[in-house]
Amino acid sequence: MQYSSQSVAKPYFIAAIGLFVGQILFGLIMGLQYVIGDFLFPQLPFNVARMVHTNLLIVWLLFGFMGASYFLVPEESEKELHSPLLALILFWVFLIAGALTILGYLLVPYAQLAEMTGNSILPTMGREFLEQPTITKIGIVIVALGFLYNIGMTILQGRKTVINLVLLTGLVGLAVFFLFSFYNPSNLVLDKYYWWWVVHLWVEGVWELILASILAFVLIKVTGVDREFIEKWLYVIIAMTLITGIVGTGHHYYWIGTPEYWQWWGSIFSAMEPIPFFIMTIFAFTVVNKRRREHPNKAAVLWALGTAVTAFLGAGVWGFLHTLAPINYYTHGTQMTAAHGHLAFYGAYVMVVLTIISYAMPLLRERVANSNTAQVVEMWSFWLMTISMIFITLFLTAAGILHVYLIRAAENPIPFMVMQEKVALFYWMREGAGVVFLIGLIAYLISFFIGGEEKEAATA
Amino acid sequence: MSEVFTKSMARNIYYGGSVFFFLLFLALTFDTSSALPKRDHRENITPQVAKGKAIWEEHDCIGCHTLLGEGAYYAPELGNVYKRFGNSKEAIKGFIKSRPVNGIPGRRSMPQFNLTEEELDALAEFLKWASEINTSNWPPNIQG
Ligand code: HEM
Ligand code: HEM
Ligand SMILES: [Fe+2]
Repeated sequence: MQYSSQSVAKPYFIAAIGLFVGQILFGLIMGLQYVIGDFLFPQLPFNVARMVHTNLLIVWLLFGFMGASYFLVPEESEKELHSPLLALILFWVFLIAGALTILGYLLVPYAQLAEMTGNSILPTMGREFLEQPTITKIGIVIVALGFLYNIGMTILQGRKTVINLVLLTGLVGLAVFFLFSFYNPSNLVLDKYYWWWVVHLWVEGVWELILASILAFVLIKVTGVDREFIEKWLYVIIAMTLITGIVGTGHHYYWIGTPEYWQWWGSIFSAMEPIPFFIMTIFAFTVVNKRRREHPNKAAVLWALGTAVTAFLGAGVWGFLHTLAPINYYTHGTQMTAAHGHLAFYGAYVMVVLTIISYAMPLLRERVANSNTAQVVEMWSFWLMTISMIFITLFLTAAGILHVYLIRAAENPIPFMVMQEKVALFYWMREGAGVVFLIGLIAYLISFFIGGEEKEAATA
Repeated sequence: MSEVFTKSMARNIYYGGSVFFFLLFLALTFDTSSALPKRDHRENITPQVAKGKAIWEEHDCIGCHTLLGEGAYYAPELGNVYKRFGNSKEAIKGFIKSRPVNGIPGRRSMPQFNLTEEELDALAEFLKWASEINTSNWPPNIQG
């Protein structure tokens, strides 16, 4: 660690990991509710478990992005963070607001939560991923503004690198597009149209800038490859991201009431969306092959390469599978969507946050890398989580295809709930793979507590 | 090799490309806005339909169901439920009203929301309106 203010990243990373555990536990609860329908009913209805699962995911990824920024921006800017105190205050504000929101979901019926928080004044609740009470959303905006101010000032007053600027653009975009969550017209079609400006323009737009810049940072650090080379590829990746991804939003405008020309715009542009992910994979392997040093943190290198590959698989391959309008006509809103959602979120955003944590945490704990034993356990957790997530994806894909086969392409379609019972075997297998994922996550947690001979910091 | 394609070229493609395609997206959005009224039949969004949408949101129905294919995949598609239930608002209301408080043993069940008659009417109107949106023939099949 070169700047003492980088240490504010540590609580962010710890909180991220803690919430990640919560996310997975609720995922497993839902997985059981899929096969044992009355599990925890009516105390914990499925929709409540789902909002806890997905909102924890978003919140912990945001903690991860913020921690990553607090860690890498001072180093890139070659200057201390503008205000470490503000960073710590915002940490607690965000954590407490997040915890209260989750408790609200769990302890109060949702309709009552909506009433308690005055949802009717500015109704924004009850839409997928945007279930947070309006006051929580306002809180998120305030935290984001404070965070952007802190990071922005640091960059403005320090060295402006491409990594810094791309990261900042991604973070500003994240905040700006979140503002569309406050627009909720009575017209469902318009509501859905702009809902995707949050969801799609996040994950297939500005978040990819954050992803690519964090990955570029870690790759520079662990390989020592020339910055010019890395920055050029960073530009190529994000250029392709935005060129394909913005109009690619059209792949969500096929069947929600929007005009039919979106079937062309959406199909053509989103079919090219895998390109930036593909370049990212080539880029990561090229950089690691050209490495000028052997960094002792082998686990971080593994996470970095794994991110590139799994993001390409989940977003690129699984995204492409259902993105063309004639195919999406059949797969839209089946488990196929969930299959893709899981592998894409895991491969791109979960893994990049775990990459920066893997690289930064040892430094924050005053060592260059963890002991060999700790790294071996961490690499085990990498493989357990990644492979089990691929299996979750495969099982859900099978369930999605059966949905199409038994209902949508069938001559004698059966009712939805009957179909669900017929495919229950795949939901059981998904739950099994989910348990393996949890074991991987436990191994990951354990890896932080394994001592042994740590690699000393050269400049400590 | 690397001299042919320089960093500043990459940067220019990034700036130029993002601005161009963002503007294109805005233009398409503008065109969509003017084409929508014929497809969403907004003239039929009565205060009751709007209220129905609010009730839909306040109970997070989207957390189990899909609506026009978006939402959760735990329970049936509802964009076309009005048609699936034989174009009957009464059938929709009856279903929602009759959910057992403690669920159905061993099976997925929908919570009992204890909605008033007025709220049930609004919800049913909202689902009826939704079923009349022009979705380019989606879903492929009445079962969803
Ligand atoms: C890291 C990047 C990505 C993430 C995290 C991601 C995540 C998701 C999620 C969570 C959904 C479900 C949204 C909902 O609940 O309705 C979704 C839908 C979709 N994604 Fe992605 N995605 C990514 C990239 C891509 C790419 C690159 C493509 C295309 C090549 C793609 C194609 C689609 C399509 C077509 C749908 C709609 C599925 C449907 O019709 O039900 N995604 N994505
Ligand atoms: C142990 C593992 C997990 C299990 C058993 C699990 C289970 C589930 C279930 C049952 C749903 C609801 C599907 C529905 O609406 O019917 C869901 C949704 C979701 N989960 Fe997970 N999950 C797990 C891990 C994860 C992880 C690691 C991530 C992030 C990378 C994740 C991200 C999501 C997302 C984005 C959705 C919304 C999907 C969509 O709208 O299409 N889950 N999960
Ligand atoms: Fe998308």
